[in-house]
Amino acid sequence: MNPEQQNRASDRDAEDQELKQLKHLLRQAIPPLPSDQLEPRADLWPQLRVRIESQSNWDRGANSNRERRRTRVPWFDWALAALAAAALLIFPGIIPALLYHF
Amino acid sequence: MDLQQRFVAGDLEAFEQLFRDHQRQVYAWIMRIVRNSATAEDLTVETFWRIYRSRLLFRPDGSFSAWSHRIATNVALDHLRKARLETTLPDDLLAPVAPDPAVSRETRDRIRSAFVNLPPKYRLVATLALIEEAPYEKIAATAGITISLVKVRVFRATRMLRKQLRALATEIGARS
Repeated sequence: MNPEQQNRASDRDAEDQELKQLKHLLRQAIPPLPSDQLEPRADLWPQLRVRIESQSNWDRGANSNRERRRTRVPWFDWALAALAAAALLIFPGIIPALLYHF
Repeated sequence: MDLQQRFVAGDLEAFEQLFRDHQRQVYAWIMRIVRNSATAEDLTVETFWRIYRSRLLFRPDGSFSAWSHRIATNVALDHLRKARLETTLPDDLLAPVAPDPAVSRETRDRIRSAFVNLPPKYRLVATLALIEEAPYEKIAATAGITISLVKVRVFRATRMLRKQLRALATEIGARS
């Protein structure tokens, strides 16, 4: 092993040593969690189910609102459409004129 | 149709079964990261909620455990980012099993405050690798990064800790 390699190896050893020391200090300050702390205190399914159901209801509500908004036509639009249809029936002569303009 | 396929198809009973099979592991993983039981419970619910919402992205032949851990890690990391300024570690989880008499209470407090000040992505990796001694492969898989990046983050986290500890020591020295 040449001196450069030796230096590199000793640097790595020093780094490893320092990491080990820091790890020890860290584990003293913030110890790993014991296994009894790694269990939820209660069944979490009811909470999750409530969340899923409330979101589903909200989604359903939003969808039906969207649906309603899509299909709802104001009354005056229907009145205009009826007037236009009546005009075409009463004065069929305007049909070629309209077709010419479109 | 198997359980995972039924889950992807939106079957709530299948999802409940998967939840019951995996909630402990997911909770334990999140708890290791956030170290607070109430927060870990909330984040476990949030994780499974995200899992349910993105079920169409899940491949039924894939590993549900790996997928849930990945989402749990993201949820926990989001929490660390949001709660960074107000994060403290609860006292009841801080008593070492075998306290080293050479490490004073003051030193422990200094290390804790330096640790809490780490940027979230480094804190995540440092918690899992240095405190909980989770394998680098698992950290990499759950955080969605490479093993080399885990090593780099552990290295940088230790550097930051050392730097902060030195700064805190100077501050305390100047005060006394």
